[in-house]
Amino acid sequence: MSEFHRKIERNTMRFVLAIIVVASIGGIVEIAPLFTIKSTVEAAPNMRVYTPLELAGRSIYMREGCYACHSQMIRTLRDEVERYGPYSLAVESQYDHPMLWGSKRTGPDIARVGEKYSDAWHVAHLYNPRDVVPESVMPAYRWLLRNELRIDDLPGHLRAMRDVGVPYTDAMIENAAKDAFGQAAPESDAAVGVTERYGAATHMRAFDGNAGRLTEMDALVAYLQIMGKLTDAAQKTEQTKIGE
Amino acid sequence: MIARLTVAERQSALLILIVMSFLGLAMAAAGRGTPFGLHGFLVIAASIGVGLPLLRKFYAPEPDPAQFEQYYDDPTKVGIVLAMLWAIAGMFVGVWVAALLAWPDLTIDAAWASFGRLRPIHTSGVIFGFGGNALIATSFHVLQRTSRARLPDQLSPWFVLLGYNLFCVVAATGYMMGVTQSKEYAEPEWYADIWLVIVWVVYFLIYIRTLARRKEPHIYVANWYYMAFILVVAILHIVNNLAVPVSFGDFKSYSAFSGVQDAMTQWWYGHNAVAFFLTAGFLGMLYYYLPKRAGRPIFSYRLSIISFWGITFMYMWAGSHHLHYTALPQWVQTLGMTFSIVLLVPSWASAGNALATLNGAWHKVRDDATLRFMMVAAVFYGISTFEGSFMAIRAVNSLSHYTDWTVGHVHAGALGWVAMITFGSIYALVPWMWKRETMYSARLIEVHFWLALAGTVVYVFAMWNSGIIQGLMWRTYTDSGTLAYSFIDSLVAMHPYYIARAFGGLLFLLGAIVGTYNVLMTIRVAKRERAQSGGGTDVPSYGRDPVLQAGE
Repeated sequence: MSEFHRKIERNTMRFVLAIIVVASIGGIVEIAPLFTIKSTVEAAPNMRVYTPLELAGRSIYMREGCYACHSQMIRTLRDEVERYGPYSLAVESQYDHPMLWGSKRTGPDIARVGEKYSDAWHVAHLYNPRDVVPESVMPAYRWLLRNELRIDDLPGHLRAMRDVGVPYTDAMIENAAKDAFGQAAPESDAAVGVTERYGAATHMRAFDGNAGRLTEMDALVAYLQIMGKLTDAAQKTEQTKIGE
Repeated sequence: MIARLTVAERQSALLILIVMSFLGLAMAAAGRGTPFGLHGFLVIAASIGVGLPLLRKFYAPEPDPAQFEQYYDDPTKVGIVLAMLWAIAGMFVGVWVAALLAWPDLTIDAAWASFGRLRPIHTSGVIFGFGGNALIATSFHVLQRTSRARLPDQLSPWFVLLGYNLFCVVAATGYMMGVTQSKEYAEPEWYADIWLVIVWVVYFLIYIRTLARRKEPHIYVANWYYMAFILVVAILHIVNNLAVPVSFGDFKSYSAFSGVQDAMTQWWYGHNAVAFFLTAGFLGMLYYYLPKRAGRPIFSYRLSIISFWGITFMYMWAGSHHLHYTALPQWVQTLGMTFSIVLLVPSWASAGNALATLNGAWHKVRDDATLRFMMVAAVFYGISTFEGSFMAIRAVNSLSHYTDWTVGHVHAGALGWVAMITFGSIYALVPWMWKRETMYSARLIEVHFWLALAGTVVYVFAMWNSGIIQGLMWRTYTDSGTLAYSFIDSLVAMHPYYIARAFGGLLFLLGAIVGTYNVLMTIRVAKRERAQSGGGTDVPSYGRDPVLQAGE
């Protein structure tokens, strides 16, 4: 062994190539098949994409670093399923660029928090968590209610998402800004066409309680309320992997 | 320092800065009124900040050719100081966010000051700011000594060091403005990522070019690790950061991969950032500074080979242990667990090799806090790699994952291993660099050592306790078969440990401040001494600096 190694360690290029080859094997074996083996991601034909407003909310979720304390991945363990709901399937995050599975639960998992609490609860909780959960250590996000949501760049965001593989249609991209406003102002003209493009079950309401003004709070609450609701694949799949 | 650059190098530097200023201007124009535009102004400011002192010495005469007979250490010197300053900044933010978890209302109503935006400043500040600068600074030093060759030119090391720090500043200021990819330890957005690739390529070329000029037949083992660090970090960084930006002028991008593929790629990156940034690079430090300081050769050449290739091969399989019991297919989880366990062999080979090297020098460990830093680092390296393999076992991971135990494990490695080996190496390196016999104060090194050790122990024990309590509370059932505790019950139980953790971190931060003071005072005293001795030229180090041979 030593003789062989002495040859390698006397030649820079040989050494560099050896490192690249040896280090590449693990990643190639573990990652490449995930794109090719079909059973990796379950089928969910009825799954819908994020509306522009929800996508904007997701960006705010990322901007504020929520992933540092909240996971979005319920493991196949009995206590997790009983605490949070059916364990997460791969397909549920197939439109998540990037995924936000998280690695730490300083706060609870929120993969299935959608529709679990009212909009008003979320607004109050985000404005000051300790108003509704006295023991909470979550930061207060008061500026979400102050900041108006920027929507003029949303077509660009949807287009980038389409570039990485999310099936947004031309109509969705074209109407992105209008749809974002309309989803949170169901009585307005802008609301026309939102459910047509994103499905009848789309939440159409003033998430922050004020339909006249579109705030970052609207977007974030819209995102939280759709969490775990893009597809019902997890509810329909028998939970056979628990404890495995 | 600038007068030591050749005239041609000064001209190239000016050209690079002009190009960068225009790039910054383009960014500022394209992203008017957004964080992207502000970063454009930051690039312009950085270019001017470096350009002004350059212009002041621009027409200085060509440097004395005698300097080319000596090693080129100016970038190393600046890198050491930058590393210490980043240590204070990163650890200060760490203590701050730790305090926020204990007292969440201890803050102001401003977005930039909230936990979620500060936390990546802490992680990037210590990993990339402190760790990265220390790696760059020491790698230039080690590379020249073990190759007995001067760096190939004097401009590219500056480009790497200063360009890298620009990346760090763009990253940290970006987080405050909400610019993040939300990929842990890969938060910087696309334009910062592209810039880092450019810097990294130049870094790699410096390595290759210097090794090509080496006067030693063998490439010394420390350089194997530094090279693995540079190469593999490049691979990881490029693959994990593949993304489509919304537009030029928008900071935001969408990652190429999604869902389960993205999760696997992210943790392949994340775990190997630990392996090749926080382990391989620092093992390079260990393999040079520990034997030098102890005055003993490396114990075993064979163990070095086994541990090097073992780490390079097996770490890359281990990332999936971050995804046990998730929607990742189980075969990948099983592979990740298996390799994580076998990884203990090369890890302990390194730790054992380091400790066995100290045989015959244990009296020095007792008397010399600098060497003691390195010894404790090797011990913590052994402890945290054992813990890591243990936590990668699925059954253990079902308890530990998502809890503070992970945080404790990371800090056992980051404080006990990475920071300790860095401080030890810097204390060994600073007197060599500034041509002094010793550091300004041996007493202060001793103070730093005990602050660092106490801080690490307090921190890690607090997180072990809180993590295990948390994990157990989440899975405890009552006699009637229902969950015994609500989530908030477990959070309330964490409070005392969060206070203890903040205290442990504070001790460690105080140690870093003491260390920085000691380094700066050493530099000051060295300068004063040289001024008194009448001008003073650098001592030529060719032929005088003993060069270690790998295991021989």
